[in-house]
Amino acid sequence: MLKNYFKIAIAVLKRRKFFTFISLFGISFTLTILIVMTAFVDNITGANYPEVNRERSLYITTLQQKNVKYFSQQNGPASFYYLDHYVRTLKTPAKVAISSLFSPTNTYINNKKLVINLKYTNDAYWDVMEYKFIEGKPYTLQQINNGERIAVISEDTKKNYFGDVPNVVGKYIEADNVQYRVAGVVKSVPATMFVSYADLYVPYTVSKTDYKHKSLMGNYTAILLGNSKEDLPKIKAEYASVVSKIKPDGGFDVFVSGADPYLGSFLRATPLGDSRNGGISKLIFIGSIFVLLFMLLPTLNLININISRIMERSSEIGVRKAFGASGMTLVGQFIVENIILTFFGCIIGIALSFLILQVLNNSNLIANMHLTVNLTVLFFSLVACVVFGLLSGVYPAWRMSRLQVVTALKAQ
Amino acid sequence: MIPAETSENVLQNSHIINHQNVMISLKNIEKVYRTDTVETLALNNISLNINKGEFLSIMGPSGCGKSTLLNIMGLLDAPTRGEVSIDKHDTTQLNDKKLAAFRNRKLGFIFQSYHLINDLQVLDNVELPLLYRNSSAKERRQLSIEALEKVGLSNRMKHFPTQLSGGQKQRVAIARAIVGQPEIILADEPTGNLDSAMGSEIMDILLQLNERDGTTIVMVTHDENMARKTHRLVRLFDGTQVQ
Repeated sequence: MLKNYFKIAIAVLKRRKFFTFISLFGISFTLTILIVMTAFVDNITGANYPEVNRERSLYITTLQQKNVKYFSQQNGPASFYYLDHYVRTLKTPAKVAISSLFSPTNTYINNKKLVINLKYTNDAYWDVMEYKFIEGKPYTLQQINNGERIAVISEDTKKNYFGDVPNVVGKYIEADNVQYRVAGVVKSVPATMFVSYADLYVPYTVSKTDYKHKSLMGNYTAILLGNSKEDLPKIKAEYASVVSKIKPDGGFDVFVSGADPYLGSFLRATPLGDSRNGGISKLIFIGSIFVLLFMLLPTLNLININISRIMERSSEIGVRKAFGASGMTLVGQFIVENIILTFFGCIIGIALSFLILQVLNNSNLIANMHLTVNLTVLFFSLVACVVFGLLSGVYPAWRMSRLQVVTALKAQ
Repeated sequence: MIPAETSENVLQNSHIINHQNVMISLKNIEKVYRTDTVETLALNNISLNINKGEFLSIMGPSGCGKSTLLNIMGLLDAPTRGEVSIDKHDTTQLNDKKLAAFRNRKLGFIFQSYHLINDLQVLDNVELPLLYRNSSAKERRQLSIEALEKVGLSNRMKHFPTQLSGGQKQRVAIARAIVGQPEIILADEPTGNLDSAMGSEIMDILLQLNERDGTTIVMVTHDENMARKTHRLVRLFDGTQVQ
């Protein structure tokens, strides 16, 4: 029977090519957008190189100070002093990576301007992150304490600054009018990895700004690495306890900060932010509603097209009923047909997604970003196909099954 | 060939005598079509018994209720009042699922405009009734080929309906009607869209089915010549049985 349904489904698809195109376009286009969007989100928020330990890490990217009386508020990254004094000294994290936000500096090579993004880090930064060293190694605590002008550079920077040479460890690179000796070269990181992206990584001790200044706000972020995922609540609690004792500065009367998962750390200062997980649950909830609404449009479109398509086939419905098909059998048939249609739409959508991701990866739209289809997303896309098929097939099929045989036969 | 009047008399008498042989029984059938403003009486108090193995034709002017009566016999439409029994089963209380199963086992239909599914090949069209039974694909194929052989179309199995002539389409429709070996075939103007030669061919097939297999056939027709070939003739006028 399924073979018969399949045959008729294919024949119906071939019969009204424009309707078929509209239906398939609606399904595949929606799916492609969803897959590509989730690939982006996954790339940005997932535990990708070099932040592969995100599952057992908490981030402090934003501090918040408020003045309740004047309704004023200050949000921003922390100072090195704050992170070194209050965060690095926590007992529960295994390691605390401290690094500045990247800042662009200009350098010139063969009279050609080169923008280099500079990041200051502590030594634990290289233990928390899992950079792939192509040559050399990271700078040590001793070198940091000595204030050595030493640097780890990205592979792209090596290529742009030194050209196509086999080894650059020990050579000097100039940035911000300072000569740094290259200690190592790491595989480049895409700019979408806000915490770990840079072209040049140097010790915080060589920073031109006063890293010892005791203000709370500054230009640094921290990653708190736990021994396991189970350690995170303890780390969170210990940090919360420390924060509760910190007095705000700069005339503010409330100080707020939290150690959150990566995404939550950025959401904390937004209207979505909350103290539990930084607002990720709210974001997922809003995202799900958006996806649902987004999928609802092609579903409604499909329902509409399906109704007119099914009603065109009223003679067939009449004949099938006359020869023994019950209303429920026909509902089953039309749902199966619709699932076949949505399945084709999904196949096209998935193929289109792979193609678009390939084009995006090759176009180097965002340097070093490699988008891939998340298998979980792929699985849910296939589930979405079935839901699509059911949603858009059930109502037209139900309407059609109520058709009287005589009415259906006369409608030809 | 038996003259129509004679055969009617003979079979009407035999119907009275062989009450146990009744295949289709209609009792006081009324059919009313209602719209917001108009009520139309399509069938008025029709009572009719059709015996097993009988070939009955229904005639009457357009709009007199012939097709409505046939549809009610075929359980494709429900009467407003009255009872329909088929093979001694009261069909009034059957739900959609049971009605479907009943139609599938007991009835075969032939329509004036064939009602073949143009997207399916001839063989797939013929096996349609068997899809709704628990028969294997192999069995379905076998029975469909046999049915097509009976109507002389086994060489057109892989064709689509649009590639066939009107006569061939109707033969496919007959094959579809007989493939499930139903005891009753209901034919609504089966020769109405065909020229006289083709019409005669189709009629010969129906007569053969009736004589050889003992299938009960009820046929709506406008053609007196065709009606004369059947055992009994019922005439309707304005929804009332006049003969």
